[in-house]
Amino acid sequence: MIGKSRFAALVFGAVVALAVVPLVLPEYYVGLVARALILSILATSVSLMLGHLGLASVGHGVFFGIASYTVAIFTRHIADSTWLACVAALGVTAGAAAVFGLLTTRTKDIFFLMIMLAICQVFYGIAYSWRSVTGGDDGLPGILTRQMAPWLDLRDTSAFYLFVLVVFLLTISGFWVLINSPFGLALRGIRDSESRMKALGFNVWLYKYLAFIVSGFIGGISGVLNAYYDLTPNPVNFGVILSSTALLMVILGGPGTLAGPILGALVIVFLQDFVSGITDRWLMVLGTVYVLVVLLLPEGILGALNRMLRPRTEPKQEG
Amino acid sequence: MEFWIIQALNALSFGMLLFLLCAGLSVIFGLMNILNLAHGSCYLLGAYAALSAIHATGNFLAGIFAGVATAAVTGFFLQKFLLQRIYGKRLLQVLLTMGCMFIIGDISIIIWGADPMTLPKPAFLRGSLMIGSIIFPYYRLFVIGVGLFFGILLWFLQEKTKWGAILRASVDDEKMARAVGIKVPALFTVVFIIGTGLTGLSGVLGGPFIGVYPGVDLEVLLFAVVVIIVGGLGSMKGAFLGSLIVAFLDNFGKALFPELAMFTIFAPMAIILALKPTGLWGKS
Repeated sequence: MIGKSRFAALVFGAVVALAVVPLVLPEYYVGLVARALILSILATSVSLMLGHLGLASVGHGVFFGIASYTVAIFTRHIADSTWLACVAALGVTAGAAAVFGLLTTRTKDIFFLMIMLAICQVFYGIAYSWRSVTGGDDGLPGILTRQMAPWLDLRDTSAFYLFVLVVFLLTISGFWVLINSPFGLALRGIRDSESRMKALGFNVWLYKYLAFIVSGFIGGISGVLNAYYDLTPNPVNFGVILSSTALLMVILGGPGTLAGPILGALVIVFLQDFVSGITDRWLMVLGTVYVLVVLLLPEGILGALNRMLRPRTEPKQEG
Repeated sequence: MEFWIIQALNALSFGMLLFLLCAGLSVIFGLMNILNLAHGSCYLLGAYAALSAIHATGNFLAGIFAGVATAAVTGFFLQKFLLQRIYGKRLLQVLLTMGCMFIIGDISIIIWGADPMTLPKPAFLRGSLMIGSIIFPYYRLFVIGVGLFFGILLWFLQEKTKWGAILRASVDDEKMARAVGIKVPALFTVVFIIGTGLTGLSGVLGGPFIGVYPGVDLEVLLFAVVVIIVGGLGSMKGAFLGSLIVAFLDNFGKALFPELAMFTIFAPMAIILALKPTGLWGKS
């Protein structure tokens, strides 16, 4: 791996680059980068389960969707306050994760994947058919207030972008602290050998359960941000396509890395924007990206870069 | 009373359709450890291909043949040219089959358009059976019969024939099966073709009452996944009984609480998972 000072320099460079986006890019592209940052938070929540517990999920869109709908329903029916709506949405999402976690953390491997898929599809179906509450496939308008503070109005694209960036940096830093804490180490221990961790006296189930709730919470953060980006939550945006694409972003960027989900999200968001300008067949292109990533880039962009750079800079020493 | 009998018969026919849908997924998983998320695409292709064939020839049997063949050929290509390259890599298989589902779904929109369509019923199965005040379409009785037939046939093939013994041996101990001269890769391909072909058949048979439309691939995939969660992976008995359970819950859920039909699937799935995480008849 790269040295500590180079790592710090890379992080600093990336943060500066993201911070100057509103100054150098046209408004439209600022919005796109904001969308990529939002989705990269979702991908990070998938990456927590995949990279640190070895559990692949194609259903994390459910947290994204629950958070977005809570924001919309809250501002529509309860109180027209941005902060309260955000807090309520995060609370509801964490609660939902605590309930789903009771089911999912008892399962392993492919069963985990299937139950997440089922949960996501079921909630997609509810959002679709429970029209009186969710508005069905018309979506649910109602997010009008976007005044976070007298000096922070999210209607302004640059302000919204900077808000997303701050939340993004806080989330990623929190994630980084978490995976480098004893908790994160224990998770990777469970990933590598559950029985060994049990024998060492760890409450394996509790670790998995807590990790799942944290993962759902992070997914909820991205969903809240998305509510203020999209403004009209719609079931079409929260189904299996979003969920599995979040997984794809993790693999495409580089599984097990901090920057991988971000890189993957940027690639997919900009590709979608580019393709949508040419043809309506985005899903076909997306599907082709899935197939190509699996066949040609299974270690992701960062993994491939790492492999290309390694033989020259750092001869392999194993013994 | 009639309401309950008719709903129960509806649920039974839906259950048999689900069984045809899930049997392939379950066998493929049991043997090869592959969760084929493009499974719903085989349903979609089966139904669409049958639709085209029936429009061209006017013959339902031609539709069955076209549907089964299209799904099986797709399965063959998927297994032989894509999945075989990443054998044993679970995560990549999931992504690959998911991608194939998107591609097939989008190509189908180009070929058959985005409007919902239903397949015509075969001429000899139009009309309904009437006993007293109970009216039940012949077509659904036919589906029940086909489902039962395949249930018995698959059970017989698996338990009572040499081919079934070879299959079970390869599931239990792949290395030993190879050592005694069973051509496991060829067996995998054959099972994949049979599994996807059967799914194509479920598309043809489901076409007249579920219909076929963009997105039906994901919907039937959800049903298949729930059946497997309830019944357990890799067991034919689990697929059969799981299909019946899910069909009854779904049918009565939709009839009694139309807006919340999804919860009536979700709740029992949750309860069963809480009690037995590997499904009711699954191998742990």
